Amino acid sequence: MEIVMRPHVRNFIEWAKDKPEVVVLSADLTNSCEIGEWRDTYPDRFFSMGLAEQNMLGFAAGLAREGFFPFLHTFAVFLYRRPYDQLAMSIAYPNLPVRLMGFLPGILTPGGVTHQAIDDVAILRATPNMTVLDCGDATDVESVLDVAQAVNGPVYVRMLRGEVPRLFDRADRMRLNRARVLSRGTDVAILSSSVCTEEAMRATAVLRARGVGIQHLHVSTLKPFSDPAVMEAIQAARYGVITMENHSIVGGLGSAVAELMAEAGAGKKLVRIGLRDVYAHGASRHYLMKEYGLDAISLVGAVEGLVGQRFGLTEDDLAAVRLQAVHSEAKAEAL
Amino acid sequence: MTPQAQLDWVAEVRRVARQIRLRVLDHVIRHNGGYLSQACSSAELFATLYLKVMQLGPSQAPLIPLPFPGVPGPDNPHFFTGADYNGPKAPDLDRFIFSPAHYALVLYSTLIEVGRMAPEGLAQFNQDGSSVEMIGAEHSPGVETTTGSLAQAISQAGGIALARRLHGDTGRVWVLMSDGEFQEGQVWEAFEALSYYHLDNLGVYVDANGQQCDGKMEDVMGVEPLAARLESFGARVFEVDGHDPVALAAPAALPPDGRPLVVIARTNPICEMDILEERAPKLHYVRFKSEAERETYRQLYAQLSQR
Repeated sequence: MEIVMRPHVRNFIEWAKDKPEVVVLSADLTNSCEIGEWRDTYPDRFFSMGLAEQNMLGFAAGLAREGFFPFLHTFAVFLYRRPYDQLAMSIAYPNLPVRLMGFLPGILTPGGVTHQAIDDVAILRATPNMTVLDCGDATDVESVLDVAQAVNGPVYVRMLRGEVPRLFDRADRMRLNRARVLSRGTDVAILSSSVCTEEAMRATAVLRARGVGIQHLHVSTLKPFSDPAVMEAIQAARYGVITMENHSIVGGLGSAVAELMAEAGAGKKLVRIGLRDVYAHGASRHYLMKEYGLDAISLVGAVEGLVGQRFGLTEDDLAAVRLQAVHSEAKAEAL
Repeated sequence: MTPQAQLDWVAEVRRVARQIRLRVLDHVIRHNGGYLSQACSSAELFATLYLKVMQLGPSQAPLIPLPFPGVPGPDNPHFFTGADYNGPKAPDLDRFIFSPAHYALVLYSTLIEVGRMAPEGLAQFNQDGSSVEMIGAEHSPGVETTTGSLAQAISQAGGIALARRLHGDTGRVWVLMSDGEFQEGQVWEAFEALSYYHLDNLGVYVDANGQQCDGKMEDVMGVEPLAARLESFGARVFEVDGHDPVALAAPAALPPDGRPLVVIARTNPICEMDILEERAPKLHYVRFKSEAERETYRQLYAQLSQR
C-alpha cells in the first residue's frame, strides 16, 4: 500500500493557483494543519486569526458575503465545539460558502479529550444548510477540495494529515453523496468512514476469503446522506448491517444508517462500531482504536456475531493483509 | 459646510429622532409592550447615522416589507436581504451592520422616518408570517446579518471590512452596537483582529445606555472603563454625548488613521421620557402593569407630539 506524505500540502497549493477568491484563515495551527507552505506561496491570501475561533468564524462569514471562499484550517474540534453558535448563526444560517477544514477528527490526535472531535458529525448533521465530508485516504484528501467547492453553502471537512494511505485509485475521485463500493456480497453490509475504512478493508479481505459475502461501502459524505447505493446494500444484506466510524455511535454514520433503515422499514440488525457514548483520552491512534474497538479485529467480531459463526482469526491474520489501492466498483458501474 | 447647512442637518436629525421616539412609544402603547428605552437612548444615534454619517444609496426594497421569504439556503431562490433597505452594494457606498437585534423596533422606526419604509410596514411588527420580526434577522428591514445572538456582528463586519479592503472599495463599514455586548468575549477577539489588520474602514457606534436585560449594567457585569479598554486593544475611541448630533457625527468625518474607529455614545435610557424612571432599574422591555399606567403613557405621547 502506498503511503502518501502530507498530501494536502502540494495539492492545495496547486488547486488554489487559479482561484484568487480562495483565502485561508488559520488559528495558530498553521503547520499543524499543513498550511504553512500555502501561506508562504500566497501570503496575500492568508490571514492569521490567532487563538480566537469565534471571531475567526465571523470574519470568514464576512469575507464569504463579499465573494471570497474562506478555507478555515484548524483542528476539527476547534471549528465546531468552541464556536458553535458562531458557526450556526454567522455561517450556516446564511448558507455562506465557508469551507471548514477540520484536522485530526475523532481519536486521531494524541492530544487527549480536549482535542478529540468525537461528536462533530452528530452536531453538524443536525445543523441545517451544512454539508459534512469525511476523508478516508489520500485520494479523498486530494479530491475533497473540488467536492467542497462545488457546494452552494458551508462545508465541514474531516481532514487527514501526515502519512496518509492511498486506499483508492488516484483517478477514482471523491464524489458528493456517493459511497465507494469496495467489495460486493449479500451476507453483510459494512459501511465505514474515515480511518475505519482502512481497518475494515483488512477485516473484509480475510472474511471474504472465508466465504462471507460482504458489501463494503466507504462513506465520505455524511450529509447529505441519500446515496441509493447505501439503501441497496442494506436491503441486500442477509444477516444485517455494520457501521464503523471514527466518532461516537450517537449521531454519526451509525445513526444516519439507523434512520435510513427505520424509515425504509428495513427490519434487520444493525451493529454500530464507534465510540460507545464515552470520551477518550490522550494516547496513540492505534492504542485508542484498539481500546475503543475501532479496529479490524472488532469488525471481525461484529461480523461473526451477525452471521453466527466463528472464524478463529487472530490479529496476526489481519496484520498480514496487504492492501492495494482499489478502484471503487460504484464508479465503474455508474459510468 | 455653511453654518446654515449645519443647522439644517442638525435640525433634521433632531426632528427624526423625536419622531422615532414618538413612533416607538405609540407602538408600545398600542401593543402593550416593546423595547422603549432603546428608542430613548439611541434615537439621535440612528438618525445621525442614517442622515449624516453613512453614505448610502436609495433603498432597493419595497416600501411595505414582503412576508417572510423562508430561510436562506441552497433551495430557496425567494430569499431576500433586509440590507436592501440600506441601498445597493457598491464600492464607494457604505454598509450598515446592525448588531443588537433587540433594537429592531428602533431601526424599523428609523427607516420609516428617513423614507426607506412605509409607516404601514410597522403594522407587521411581530406578526406571524411577517419579515418585520421583533428581534430582527437578515430578512428584516435594514438588517444584513443575523445577530440576535449578541456580539456576532462585529466579527462579521470585520470580515466584510477586510474583504472591501482586498477589493479596493472606498466605502466604509458602520456597525451599531450596544454596550451590553462588550460583556461577550467575542467582541474583544474581534478588536484584537481589527487592530492587528488595521481595519480603519470600519467604524463602531456604541449605544452606551448602561442598561441590559437584568437591569443596570454596573449591577450585572461592568464593562467600564470601556474607552480605556478599547484604546488598549488598539481602537481609536471617542466618547461623546449620544444625544448631540454634531458630537456624534464629528469622529466619522476625520480621515482614517489605521485604527478601527469607535464612538461611544453616552446616552440616557429614559431620554425625553422621565416617566420610565419609575420602572428602573429594569428598563429593557416595557409592558404595562395596568390600564392606568398605560394611560399615563398615552398622556406622555400627547405631550411629546405637541412639541
